[in-house]
Amino acid sequence: MQSAPRTGLLRRIRHHGAELLITAPSMAWMTVFFVVPTVLVLLLAFRPTALDGGVGRGWTLQTWRTISNPNYPSIVWRTIWLSFAATALSIGIGLPCAFAMARIKAQWRSTLVGLVILPFWTSFLIRVFAWRLLLHPEGTISVFLHRTWSVFGWQFRFLAPETTLLYNSFAVLLVMVYTYLPFAILPLYAAAEKFDFSLLEAAFDLGARPWRVFWRIFVPGVRAGVVSAVMMVLIPALGSYVVPDLVGGPNSEMVGNKIYQRALPDRNLPHASALSALLMLGVLLPPGLAWLATRKRHLGATDTDVVAAMNSPSALGNSGGRRRNGVRA
Amino acid sequence: MTKRFGPLTAVNSVTFGVQRGEFFSLLGPSGCGKTTLLRMLAGFEQPDEGRILLDGRDITRLPPDKRQVNTVFQNYALFPHLSIRDNIAFGLRLRRLPRAEIEERVDEMLGLVQLRDHASKKPTQLSGGQKQRVAIARALVLKPQVLLLDEPLAALDLKLRQHMQIELDEIHDRVGITFLYVTHDQGEAMGLADRIAVMRNGVVEQIDPPARIYESPRTSFVAAFIGDTNFFEGVVTRIVDHDYCDVEVEDLGTVRCWNDKHIRAGAKVYLSVRPEKLHLTHERPADLHDGKVNVFPVTVYQKVYQGAWTRFWVRHGENVDDCWELSVLQVHSRYLLDTTPISWDDRVWLSWHADDGYMLENYDERDETLLNHPTEPVVPAPDAPYPADAAAEPAAAAPQEPSADAERS
Repeated sequence: MQSAPRTGLLRRIRHHGAELLITAPSMAWMTVFFVVPTVLVLLLAFRPTALDGGVGRGWTLQTWRTISNPNYPSIVWRTIWLSFAATALSIGIGLPCAFAMARIKAQWRSTLVGLVILPFWTSFLIRVFAWRLLLHPEGTISVFLHRTWSVFGWQFRFLAPETTLLYNSFAVLLVMVYTYLPFAILPLYAAAEKFDFSLLEAAFDLGARPWRVFWRIFVPGVRAGVVSAVMMVLIPALGSYVVPDLVGGPNSEMVGNKIYQRALPDRNLPHASALSALLMLGVLLPPGLAWLATRKRHLGATDTDVVAAMNSPSALGNSGGRRRNGVRA
Repeated sequence: MTKRFGPLTAVNSVTFGVQRGEFFSLLGPSGCGKTTLLRMLAGFEQPDEGRILLDGRDITRLPPDKRQVNTVFQNYALFPHLSIRDNIAFGLRLRRLPRAEIEERVDEMLGLVQLRDHASKKPTQLSGGQKQRVAIARALVLKPQVLLLDEPLAALDLKLRQHMQIELDEIHDRVGITFLYVTHDQGEAMGLADRIAVMRNGVVEQIDPPARIYESPRTSFVAAFIGDTNFFEGVVTRIVDHDYCDVEVEDLGTVRCWNDKHIRAGAKVYLSVRPEKLHLTHERPADLHDGKVNVFPVTVYQKVYQGAWTRFWVRHGENVDDCWELSVLQVHSRYLLDTTPISWDDRVWLSWHADDGYMLENYDERDETLLNHPTEPVVPAPDAPYPADAAAEPAAAAPQEPSADAERS
């Protein structure tokens, strides 16, 4: 105990042997199927392109130079704003949902959770195709919004005839929010369920109006859920590829689509790898920031300290010289 | 006021008034409706019938944020994401007061509850007692007309509870705000309150100052819930004079009783005598009070020595299955070792003065289950001094917690 642990690592292995043993399979799995491929992808980005579509020999920075293609900034920008907008909307819708689910009678809760995860019973691709049908110029929603309605002689329609719902950024955003909403609701609900709702009463009691109570007490109270909801939505959103591919047009491409194009039709693996590396950097940023934000130190006080402090003669301040039981000055 | 939850009537036609600056306590077992009552006063529940008047103004339908009433919650309900200072300032900031005034009032409160050094900490970094004081400061800083306290000390350990009681009392003295204190702990209510309302099953059984609640309970529930007592069922056989009557108690005999309620002869009555008002002596006490002292022979069947006092359980009657079992508390105000101790199976004399018992207007047999009378012999707790050994030691050697001394020095 006294000497510095010179054999620190050995001792740690001995002390945590069982833990290492238990985690070994998953560590091995992650190493083989995640760490190694990731490193390979990163390495590929520094390889030259072969003329036949493969990967050439030697090392080069050529790929990184071509990546500053004038097309990319707008695609990266679109990827970022679509992902953040989808995240914000998902959480904005998810927070009231989580609040209501946590407040509703316990017997209804499991039903509601079931409804939230119900969409997962259908294939993701089929659901996105379903949106294509809905948003199609001859689809239900489109027809409904484009039709000229006549109410008491007043004629109006929701959308101008030339607007299309499909193949634009709006459609991508809509379907992304639809896709990721359950991933926002579930962590928010998990946090809301643990939230102490008597805090809301305390805030009402201190004079807060409902809206303020929701934002100032409930939302900070489910902060952990918000953080994980952001990660659950933002990270897959940044890497979206299917949604912009199916419901987006040429003006709503995201980085994911570009990676696909470079990797398969263009057979330019180094270029695709470089884009992947950039995307991964972008994906790692939010959790990194979240980790920094939630990192905290805790200092604790105990009740014995309080008793000791209160036992000291001056503890109760100017109490008028009343003699306290057992205290000798 | 009346409040119903489905078929359950949580608060049933309760009416009472609290004076400005009073320390008023609602006391009752869990589920008696006291918390529901408090929540109606705070505005979290709406009464089904009745009104709440504050300073002559009807506040029954006002939402919580419009009432000059603030609450200290049982679980503190401090906002975990805000510092102590921000917790206390929360209500003031909502009122959009000037920054300087908020700072000043928060500082004043931090001083009042001795938490100046902890102002920038988060609630999770505080101990239970400190959190409780933050909760009090957070409510008091708004200068409410009434402060509602919902079992504020229930989550604290015994020692801290005693300290907080003194502190609460001092805070009340200093701020002069009306305190309405809900508790199931009779000790807290008795020690703190100016007046106590004892509740059961949504009904207020008695509202009186603590001493009157204890010495002259109106119902058997109040008598049994607060402190301990002995009940006798009997019939008034004779009115002795303006103040006294004789009650015939089956298997015990004639008991002289103080007849403050002027009950007439022939009435069935219930008599209650507190354990500490009963006396046990080896010799039959001489009747120096012309017949006002009741004397009966009893046998000690259980005793627990506690240093300052001894608790005895005695029987009157030969048949163990059908006899009067009484609880007696003998307070040792004199040096005990110079006397012949009363021990198990001793046949001794039980006596009490007629003035020390009281008759009950309202009796419910179920209240007898609240009494501290063992049907099985009580086995002393392992850490308590074994009665026979302890009796042989000076009373001054009563167990004192060493930690208490250490902290005081």
